Amino acid sequence: MYTQGLNIEAGDKSIPLEDRNSALMQRFQSRIDAEEKVEPTDWMPEGYRKTLIRQISQHAHSEIVGMLPEGNWITRAPSLRRKMILLAKVQDEGGHGLYLYSAAETLGISRAELIDQLLTGKAKYSSIFNYPTPTWADVGAIGWLVDGAAIMNQVPLCRCSYGPYARAMIRVCKEESFHQRQGYEIMIALSQGTAEQKRMAQEALNRWWWPSLMMFGPSDAASLHSSQNMAWKIKRVSNDELRQKFVDVTVPQAEFLGLTVPDPDLRWNGETGHYEFGEIDWTEFNQVLAGNGPCNRDRMKKRRKAHDDGAWVREAALAHAEKRRARQAMTAAAAE
Amino acid sequence: MSQRDWPLYEVFVRARNGMSHRHVGSVHAADPAMAVEMARDVYTRRSEGVSLWVVPSAAIIASDPRDKDVMFETMGDKIYRHPTFYDIPADVKNI
Ligand SMILES: [Fe+2]
Ligand SMILES: [Fe+2]
Repeated sequence: MYTQGLNIEAGDKSIPLEDRNSALMQRFQSRIDAEEKVEPTDWMPEGYRKTLIRQISQHAHSEIVGMLPEGNWITRAPSLRRKMILLAKVQDEGGHGLYLYSAAETLGISRAELIDQLLTGKAKYSSIFNYPTPTWADVGAIGWLVDGAAIMNQVPLCRCSYGPYARAMIRVCKEESFHQRQGYEIMIALSQGTAEQKRMAQEALNRWWWPSLMMFGPSDAASLHSSQNMAWKIKRVSNDELRQKFVDVTVPQAEFLGLTVPDPDLRWNGETGHYEFGEIDWTEFNQVLAGNGPCNRDRMKKRRKAHDDGAWVREAALAHAEKRRARQAMTAAAAE
Repeated sequence: MSQRDWPLYEVFVRARNGMSHRHVGSVHAADPAMAVEMARDVYTRRSEGVSLWVVPSAAIIASDPRDKDVMFETMGDKIYRHPTFYDIPADVKNI
């Protein structure tokens, strides 16, 4: 989901397939099987390290880019209370990005390289953040659906085999529940409001429902690397299983709001105890991932501009710190 | 586009009065004062702490993971260092 790009690109050779029978590999796998955590200084297969760098950095980039669609509503939130809440939520997402960048750096990649990969388009981020937020109801729908889907995906990641990632996910999960609840509260207010407000809520649900289901990534049959990542316990629950769980808990929440899920094929199956739902438009998903979603260009333009505009601050802060260090050293020498 | 990272600092938080500082993660910052401010914003947004330490990551001296067995496993068979090793008759109290 936040790391759905992992599942694409057949023939991508950047993640090596390793000899599963070497003694080191076998020992590594038996540690994983015993639910031991892998720590930065432990031996690990190159494929494991690369997969994690890719997954954790995609996750971090998603948190950072994810600030943009909601951030543009901070000044327009309908009350001071909503403004404070949204500001706190967006700040949390920035924090999540930072925990995750730190976790990725423990695998031997620098922060500058990671950010470079995002800004040059080499690294991906979640497709979901390439959709627009034209009304206040979209902010509600994002909290309810997008953070809801994120929770579904992130809870099992707290048990990921890589220690720093698992620990970062525990922090993140503690903070996500507020995000989802504040979003749902916005949806309640709108769906109990005037006819026009209710229509806004319905339209936001229409916009966000299918992209939220796409967040879980391609169906299991179509995702590469999936079985290896399961064996390494980088991934613990399959895309389709998570997506089904999300639909099962979310449909009743939509019913409570009196809103209609935009899927004519949606029906409860009493025998399986699950909702059945319609086919996802994977062409749209692939288009958005490939950079052709409604907001891809705008999101990257804004990120690059923010990065470039901040360059002089980053340089000045370093120069100032160095000057102060030199001055302190001189005063210390003079005092001797 | 690439440029130099700000130095890395490890962050330790004292959750409550009377407890020790615990490692929670790391931040990049230009100088120590900025590292404290960054750590506050990144790791204590929900009153997780009453005190913060930041330490330049480069200043931490760690045991070599390759020495793990030599360093720590030799303690595994020294069970006489633990009170449960000793048989004391049940009649004897307060010991
Ligand atoms: Fe987040
Ligand atoms: Fe969130």
